[in-house]
Amino acid sequence: MENLEQLVQDGLSAVESADSLQALDQIRVEYLGKKGVITQQAKTLGKLSPEERPAAGQKINEAKGQVEQAINARRTELEKAAIEAKLASESIDVTLPGRGQDLGGLHPVTRTLQRIEEIFSRAGYSVEQGPEIEDDYHNFEALNIPGHHPARAMHDTFYFNPGTLLRTHTSPVQIRTMEAGKPPFRMICPGRVYRCDSDMTHTPMFHQVEGLLVEKNVSFADLKSTVEEFLRVFFERDLEVRFRPSYFPFTEPSAEVDIEWGREADGSIKWLEVMGCGMVHPKVFEYCGIDAEEYRGFAFGLGVERLAMLRYGVNDLRMFFENDLRFLRQFR
Amino acid sequence: MKFSEQWLREWVNPNIGSQELMDQITMAGLEVDGFEPVAGEFSGVVVGEVQSVEPHPDADKLRVCQVSDGEQIVQVVCGAPNVRPGLKVPFAVVGAVLPGNFKIKKAKLRGQPSEGMLCSESELVLSENHDGLMELPEDAPVGQDMADYLKLNDITIDVDLTPNRSDCLSIKGIAREVGVLNSLVVTEPAIEPVEAVHSEVPDIRVEASAGCPRYLGRVLRNVNLKAETPLWMQEKLRRSGIRSIDAAVDVTNYVMLELGQPMHAFDRDEISGGIIVRMAKPAEKLVLLDGQEVELTEDTLVITDHEKPIAIAGVMGGEHSGVSEKTRDLVLESAYFDPITLAGKARHYGLHTDASHRFERGVDYKLARDAMERATELLMNIVGGEPGEIVEVASDEHLPADRTIDLREQRLADVLGMAIDRTTVEEILTRLGLHIDKLLKDGWRVSVPSFRPDITIEEDLIEEVGRIFGYNNLPVTEPTGSLGLVAREEAKRPVSAIRNYFVAQGYQEAVTYSFVDPKVQKLVDPERDGIALANPISADLSVMRTTLWSGLLKTVAYNQNRQQPRIRLFETGLRFEQDGERIDQQPMLAGVVVGGQYPENWANGRRTADFFDVKGELEGLFRLLGIEVQFVASQHPALHPGQTAELMRDGEHVGWLGTLHPQVQKNLELNGTILMFELFLNSIVTGYVPNFKEISKFPEVRRDLAIIIGSDVAFADVERVARKHAGERLTALRAFDVYEGESLGEGNRSLALSLFWQHPERTLNEDEVHSLFNGVIDALKEELGATLRS
Repeated sequence: MENLEQLVQDGLSAVESADSLQALDQIRVEYLGKKGVITQQAKTLGKLSPEERPAAGQKINEAKGQVEQAINARRTELEKAAIEAKLASESIDVTLPGRGQDLGGLHPVTRTLQRIEEIFSRAGYSVEQGPEIEDDYHNFEALNIPGHHPARAMHDTFYFNPGTLLRTHTSPVQIRTMEAGKPPFRMICPGRVYRCDSDMTHTPMFHQVEGLLVEKNVSFADLKSTVEEFLRVFFERDLEVRFRPSYFPFTEPSAEVDIEWGREADGSIKWLEVMGCGMVHPKVFEYCGIDAEEYRGFAFGLGVERLAMLRYGVNDLRMFFENDLRFLRQFR
Repeated sequence: MKFSEQWLREWVNPNIGSQELMDQITMAGLEVDGFEPVAGEFSGVVVGEVQSVEPHPDADKLRVCQVSDGEQIVQVVCGAPNVRPGLKVPFAVVGAVLPGNFKIKKAKLRGQPSEGMLCSESELVLSENHDGLMELPEDAPVGQDMADYLKLNDITIDVDLTPNRSDCLSIKGIAREVGVLNSLVVTEPAIEPVEAVHSEVPDIRVEASAGCPRYLGRVLRNVNLKAETPLWMQEKLRRSGIRSIDAAVDVTNYVMLELGQPMHAFDRDEISGGIIVRMAKPAEKLVLLDGQEVELTEDTLVITDHEKPIAIAGVMGGEHSGVSEKTRDLVLESAYFDPITLAGKARHYGLHTDASHRFERGVDYKLARDAMERATELLMNIVGGEPGEIVEVASDEHLPADRTIDLREQRLADVLGMAIDRTTVEEILTRLGLHIDKLLKDGWRVSVPSFRPDITIEEDLIEEVGRIFGYNNLPVTEPTGSLGLVAREEAKRPVSAIRNYFVAQGYQEAVTYSFVDPKVQKLVDPERDGIALANPISADLSVMRTTLWSGLLKTVAYNQNRQQPRIRLFETGLRFEQDGERIDQQPMLAGVVVGGQYPENWANGRRTADFFDVKGELEGLFRLLGIEVQFVASQHPALHPGQTAELMRDGEHVGWLGTLHPQVQKNLELNGTILMFELFLNSIVTGYVPNFKEISKFPEVRRDLAIIIGSDVAFADVERVARKHAGERLTALRAFDVYEGESLGEGNRSLALSLFWQHPERTLNEDEVHSLFNGVIDALKEELGATLRS
């Protein structure tokens, strides 16, 4: 029994110096296994008197416990070190770029169109499409622009033959939508339009969004809120909006819409024209077979590139159609 | 329309500054495009009088002058050809500052002292005229400051008028608007009939009454056209953007600017017989005032004498009958020409004149007589002469009818979204020159004046009231309406989903012009002709695209020229094709790929994109859309003959995928292997609505095989044969290896396939699978000449 303490001491120091899980296991077998030196101490109990046995047994158990605890602690330590070593060997340079495909991007015009479509479709507007090669009737006549009308000169139309042309605005889709359905209507039409004009501030093709709302009881005041809210939602700013009387053959009354865009040197508001709008002209309703006494409507039209330029700070209209990747990549 | 602010203020003078005035008319719908001072900024320039002129001793072209500035006489050296004793000129004295901050100092010119400078119009930025000194009238007070003398504290305002507002193409019209906006009375010049002093009247016959419902003529005899137009009139014309020509032309222009009535003056001696207004006869010719000879078309309204045309009505007079210094007797014309008859005529002859601009938009059809009286009076004040009676030929039947329109109070409130009180409405209408004939129970009966041809229906009156009341004073209310739900087709994917898919695959969206270069078009789609524009903007944008490839390949070239080696682009849009009488406008989806399949970095390698990369991306798209598309080996004139697939869905052609033909690529000066696809959007956007199938609880069995087969046998055929014999429990078939090598023998390749079977209700037994597998192998051997690879 005297050497029990010595055995414990030997065991503890062996555990301490074990440098692998394997070595530690050997120590466990050597001291605590069936034939382990401490386990073997139990055999000496037989030689003791029954009175002495419990105390001696307890001592042996304590000795076993002591060594076992040390082994467990050491095992945890070694396991942790092993994991750490493995982790250390697996370390990578996380700052290297990832593998695989790059992201492309939408054209800024599409990006703008999608934004406009989303804003209006949430208010119940449908998105309509129409042909780009149009007939004279839908592009002009049904919009109250007869052949001799001076407003035709404002349009710089591309023709294929006298009755066939590239649409100069998205307004003909108003007509096609009203011809095909029954009021009420709530729609927008985004799309390409064409004018025979090309310089610093004009491209022969550009995009418009036309909007139309026809209900039994709609007024210019309703038009004002729709246009104002749209512009504030689009620009995400509480900007000033003003309505300036203007003229479009297919609306009456008609207005141009200006937004506040910076300040003049004297502190007054700098106004920028962004849209046209008005109440649907009774003549247009007549062409579409809608009773202008029963229904009223408003319509508006906006230039998409214009809004995109303002929104994203693009300073040259022509860049939209050069499709320079260094330009396009800025909008993804 | 350009006009002088001072001139306007002679008619109506609200107590507001220039800027506020311009803001006000802009907000009334007459958009001010800009303004500019009527002269450059200068000081120290007075009316000077040249006392004497001596030659310069040392310079041929210079003269030494003695000039009075009203207080003293100083010596000035001057090079202008028109300098002469007694001439009154703008004189910049020593210390003056001319436009451009040009300071006048004492100087010596070729040895002769010079104290000051005599000025041309251009030096004061009054005009671009620098052909000599500006000559001032004899009564100009010597010594008076030029800015005061010419009343130069004025601006030219440029209003961009919409085509409906022909009534504002005059000072009178603008003044009327300003009067309404400021509730001020407008002062008009008194126009009195001029009494005839002789009995000669022009012989006028109107044969085309529809085009010319009203024509007035008057003879003014014994005029002196050498008389100068007074400076005040010249200045008003100049500030309205019109150059002074001679008294007759200046006065007609003045009346046009003042009242809105274009007029014309003929030399009576050049009119043979009398005046006839008719349509032109075939091949008639006329030399116009601007010197060009035009051949008239039969739809042109002309003024003629008994022999020949002397003017295009409402557009421009002829050279021959025009007035000159020698003209003794005048015939003045003041007419109402029908806007529809005149529409587009000026443009047809390559002209756009102040007269045609007004007549096309509609001149006041009751103005001609007043204008004639006004012009006669003004003209006589300058050139003297003896007036005759006015001859008027009018056709009531063809003149616009006087209109009355009922305006309902309720309708006004409904359209504007606000009730406006009756007095305000009545005041607005009245000041605009509309006449309230009668108060109705529910509104007003309004008669429209002859100067407002644009007002024809109730809505026009509503606009007038709204416009003057101020759109920005109207309320802002939310529209109300039904909240019905809209049908949505679940199987149909929005184009935005397709765009987003390509963006995720690394494609950049492009938007290219719908009209393209016919040469490019011919290369990429030689079998179809693009529909040609009648009036293209340029030759390289002159036909409508039949394929989106034309624009995309040009975009590739543009970017390759800017050091962009890796290009992945897609576009959606219409392509256009003539289909008999009809024009087919189909929405397409197209893409081009050139350069590395992945962006170059340490892990991606530098592999160039090939056919199967793009095919894989399209297959991904088709899975997204829920559709099955077959890739069938085919031929396309723009594509590589061995790398072209026609895309078929249920037997219908839906598009192309291939490599650009090397020859076409060379012709387009493009680099690298270019992969291209184009699909009919409408043919691919509708897939299916998912329909759940029970998941089998029983194991799936896999068998692999490798065969050696002729390289000319398509994988699609191998798959077809294998599927045919693999039975209905086959769940998948994959090619997991393709190999070509010498060991297989020339013209052979090895294909490794794996086949998967599964039964929904039980475990497949070994024998069943074995017999199906062997059936597949036998069929491949027999039908396609395959051998098993050991």
